[in-house]
Amino acid sequence: MNQSGKHSLRVGRISHSPTLLCIVAITKFIEWERFSLAGKEPSAENNAVVPAPQFSARTSKLGDRIFRVLTLGAAFFVVALLVLLVYELIKGSDLTLAKFGVGFFSSKTWDPVTQIFGALPFIWGTLYTSVIALIIGVPISLGVAIFLSEIISRTSRIGELLSSIVGLLAAVPSVVFGLWGLFVLSPFVRDYFEVPLHVHLGAFPLFKGEPFGLDFLTAGIILAIMIIPTVSTISMEVLRAVPRSQREAMISLGGTRWETIRHSVLPYARSGLFGAIILGLGRAVGETMAVTMVIGNDPSLSTSLFHPGYTLASVIANEFTEATYPLYVSALVEIGLTLFILALIINIFARLLIWRITKSSRVRT
Amino acid sequence: MQTATVESEKSRKRSGNLRRRQLVDRIATVAIFGAVILAIVPLVLILADIVIKAAPVMSFGFLTNLPKASPFSPDQGISNAIIGSFVMVGFASLIAIPIGVGAGIFLSEWAEMRFAWVASFTNDVLAEFPSIVIGIFVFVIIVLATHSFSGYAGGFALAVIMIPIVARTTEESLKLVPNSYREASMALGVSRWRTITRIVLSTGRGGLVTGVLLAVARVMGETAPLLLTALGSTLAFRTLSQPTESLSLLIYFYGTSAYKTWQAQAWGAALVLVVIVLALNISVRALTRGKFITGGD
Repeated sequence: MNQSGKHSLRVGRISHSPTLLCIVAITKFIEWERFSLAGKEPSAENNAVVPAPQFSARTSKLGDRIFRVLTLGAAFFVVALLVLLVYELIKGSDLTLAKFGVGFFSSKTWDPVTQIFGALPFIWGTLYTSVIALIIGVPISLGVAIFLSEIISRTSRIGELLSSIVGLLAAVPSVVFGLWGLFVLSPFVRDYFEVPLHVHLGAFPLFKGEPFGLDFLTAGIILAIMIIPTVSTISMEVLRAVPRSQREAMISLGGTRWETIRHSVLPYARSGLFGAIILGLGRAVGETMAVTMVIGNDPSLSTSLFHPGYTLASVIANEFTEATYPLYVSALVEIGLTLFILALIINIFARLLIWRITKSSRVRT
Repeated sequence: MQTATVESEKSRKRSGNLRRRQLVDRIATVAIFGAVILAIVPLVLILADIVIKAAPVMSFGFLTNLPKASPFSPDQGISNAIIGSFVMVGFASLIAIPIGVGAGIFLSEWAEMRFAWVASFTNDVLAEFPSIVIGIFVFVIIVLATHSFSGYAGGFALAVIMIPIVARTTEESLKLVPNSYREASMALGVSRWRTITRIVLSTGRGGLVTGVLLAVARVMGETAPLLLTALGSTLAFRTLSQPTESLSLLIYFYGTSAYKTWQAQAWGAALVLVVIVLALNISVRALTRGKFITGGD
């Protein structure tokens, strides 16, 4: 529907307050509605010439108005939901905001018994596991994306099958990943990766400590598996948006397939691929159940891969229903607020990057 | 003579270079194939492990019996979790489908409005919201307000997760309906809402159904928000106003318990959940097969 032009709305520069924005939107909407109806109203003569369908102009007008209000109401509900969500998160964390202030984010003590709360171990755990997930998951995802977009034809059976499989991987519930991680992956990682690494390279800080299997590394691997669908699907779309002429130019110069990919496709898609990776990071940051089940749940700032940790999401899942006094609940709500802000920044950043490349490609093709 | 040697030297170099480049190409291709295999292996392993580990507990009784207080008593089952899951997801769908479809229609049909841009952006943010944070939100506004964990709270949390998914897929599938359809209908004097409900929605309904089914599949496996809202229960399902069990909660609680029998049941429940979720996903794929637009009425 590209009806802009005369019907388009210009809300103009108004304050950033969402409520105000909504109010302005409503009034503008009503204005617009009146205007557009005046333009479209079927006149009596028209009705005489072209027999109208079984409903009169009046009921159509009324129906139009009701329908618009209903759909607009639904859209408002979505906006209101987000506003209310953010409001409740901020309101819910007022106790800790007042008591600890900014120090909440830099304090490394989390002790419900002495009522001292600091979020640093959880922020650390979230970022550490997410980075591990990216290091493992991104090369695999990019490989899948390149395979689907550059190596096999878009309509081939294998391509369809592979993208269905990747899609199904995305559909497996988080808690099932957690169960599998706890009983299958964790012992496997411990016996075949962690113990040998610890025995041979135990001097490095990265491989310090007795490996138990429930630690940063296992959580990172589970997260890597879980972000593969996100990153590979979006990367594939970004790669497919690269104009054909880019590849043809490289092929005509005698480049091999890999050279074409490496020197003309990937550089062209760079920012979009970066966006896909950041979006994967967003997924990893917000992921709860699978991580909670394999990370060992111990607030620590250890850099060792073999040390149990804790993430923002998993401390909420684990302790929320046990929080017995208001300050404790408030601290957990503030953890939720932190997680939300982290995820929001990551997602907006990623969307902008992806939007830039897919938008420009649409113009060019 | 001299020039000939230089030439041959050059061509030898060039061919050596070519050989090296082809080798790099071959290595890169192998690496890409390796990545593809590494991406497929986890799914295959997970599905295989679930089937193998769920097999010992699977029986008709497992699906119809209730959980027992002791991990060692016979005839345990997960019927309350199965019922709880379906009822909560049903309740969530009742809220989320009308609102999500309505918002999606608005985003697609009134896309030129500035507010549509705001709503679309909001919808994106909400869709990427960590689900555990939605759990906190619903805990604060429903559980604290009613002083009780309940299936309603759980269902509402699931609805909040579903709405942006339904809205997004509705918007996308309606935008695929050619504008000429709308223009043809309006040119016949059909009002805008009739045009949307009769022409646009019926043309784009394939995508709509897809979106709803995907959203249902997604929330079927949600666990984190339910931990803070529905809480879980070992009793038979009676009403949504009490704490309610779901398959995902049962998998979490039994999976992290210390008893072998309960752990085995967690695998059984995981099989049931995965079968439901994958069946929904596969049927969506079979239904649409790449095309969102189905013929009109």
